[in-house]
Amino acid sequence: MADNVRPRVRVPDSAAAGEVVSIKTLISHPMESGQRRDGDGNTIPRSIINRFVAAYNGETIIDVTMEPAISTNPYFEFQALIPESGTMTFTWYDDDGSVYEDAKDIAVG
Amino acid sequence: MTKRTLFAGLLATGGVLVAGLAQAQDIINDELVINGDLNIVTQAPAADHLDYMSVVRSGWTFRSTETQAMQMDDFDNPGMLGVESAMSDFTTAMGADGESCASCHDGPESLSNVRATYPQWDEEHGEVQTVEMQVNECITERMGAEPWGYNSTEMINMSGLISWAGRGEIVDIAIDGPAQETWQMGKDLYYTRTGQLELSCANCHEDNYDNYIRADHLSMGMLTGFPTYRLKDARLVSVHSRFRGCIRDTRAETYAVGSPEFVALELYVMSRGNGLSVEGPAVRN
Ligand code: HEC
Ligand code: HEC
Repeated sequence: MADNVRPRVRVPDSAAAGEVVSIKTLISHPMESGQRRDGDGNTIPRSIINRFVAAYNGETIIDVTMEPAISTNPYFEFQALIPESGTMTFTWYDDDGSVYEDAKDIAVG
Repeated sequence: MTKRTLFAGLLATGGVLVAGLAQAQDIINDELVINGDLNIVTQAPAADHLDYMSVVRSGWTFRSTETQAMQMDDFDNPGMLGVESAMSDFTTAMGADGESCASCHDGPESLSNVRATYPQWDEEHGEVQTVEMQVNECITERMGAEPWGYNSTEMINMSGLISWAGRGEIVDIAIDGPAQETWQMGKDLYYTRTGQLELSCANCHEDNYDNYIRADHLSMGMLTGFPTYRLKDARLVSVHSRFRGCIRDTRAETYAVGSPEFVALELYVMSRGNGLSVEGPAVRN
């Protein structure tokens, strides 16, 4: 199990109706690929975040399948069109079954 | 040794290729503003003790624009993850008396002068101390707890927090008085050639900064950004780990992390940055 997994997101507090805003997300995670061996030659088991989803007022903005070659502390930056006030939710799915969540409100007007 | 003979020497060994001599870069980007409001001095007149340089530059000015950008916003700087983790260690009780760093030091801001003035002479112990040694002094002598490993993740993160707290402070390392002897030892190490390649720190970081070695843009080898988040390692890297890497690249056996030689070298190299701002945790490739 990965320790110290902590999501961070940056979302503007407010936007004009129909504005396209920039979103940044980062989650601390080792993203162990499953391809490495330890000092004794044993395979270090794979432990990655395998999926990331962002949604606004329940509607999916992006849904990413993540693979083992992605670096430690995965970072995503993307844009979203904001039609009205609401809540953006972020969900990361870990190989070990853990789910990490964060949410931010955006006010329009 | 002139630049030309150095390159001939490098090419002859076949181990290190110099990929083209960059034109002396007249146009460098030296404007580092972090989070839109923290101005960092990345270029300054060289300290008087530097005989062969007139200007010193932060390692940031040598990096690609993409790497530079990561350091301009704390959200994009992955080194901040270590700082945040140290922030929680700072208030966590440990040791016999159940005290945390915050019991005596309030917040990390109260240590804002530390990075810019360390390594420094410690009267009580009669030696030059690095930040790591000072932190372990508090942990063992004041908190009655087990010391952290010099290069442990906790220690590197705490070192990152102390850099972050002192970001923007102008480096001002005392090199005279009781620290002078250690400083001289560090200076001697800096100019001593090591390894099969027979290169000193100065051969790369003084004679050849702004040139390329393999695909890497050689900087002046400053310590003002440490611990640095290295994209190659995907983690914060300590000063002494960087020294080990550089010496190993000359194909030499290296000194140990925390050794008196590295403490002396750190004192000397940090003093080469006098006049620049503290900018750690920096982002480097
Ligand atoms: C019981 C009180 C106490 C605790 C707990 C404590 N310190 Fe200290 N610390 C001191 C004192 C007193 C000094 C000044 C000693 C000196 O100047 O030599 C000091 C000095 C320092 C300095 C150098 C300050 C300077 O300006 O040179 C650093 C850095 C530091 N402490 C970090 C820490 C960290 C990190 C922790 C937690 C792991 C910690 N301390 C826990 C009492 C404490
Ligand atoms: C063979 C050339 C070479 C030698 C010799 C060498 N280095 Fe380096 N060093 C590099 C390269 C390449 C880098 C990465 C690019 C850069 O920042 O210059 C580097 C990086 C550094 C950095 C990190 C700078 C930053 O801004 O993050 C420091 C500090 C440093 N070296 C110190 C030293 C010291 C001290 C010595 C002598 C013990 C030394 N180097 C010897 C090639 C060398």
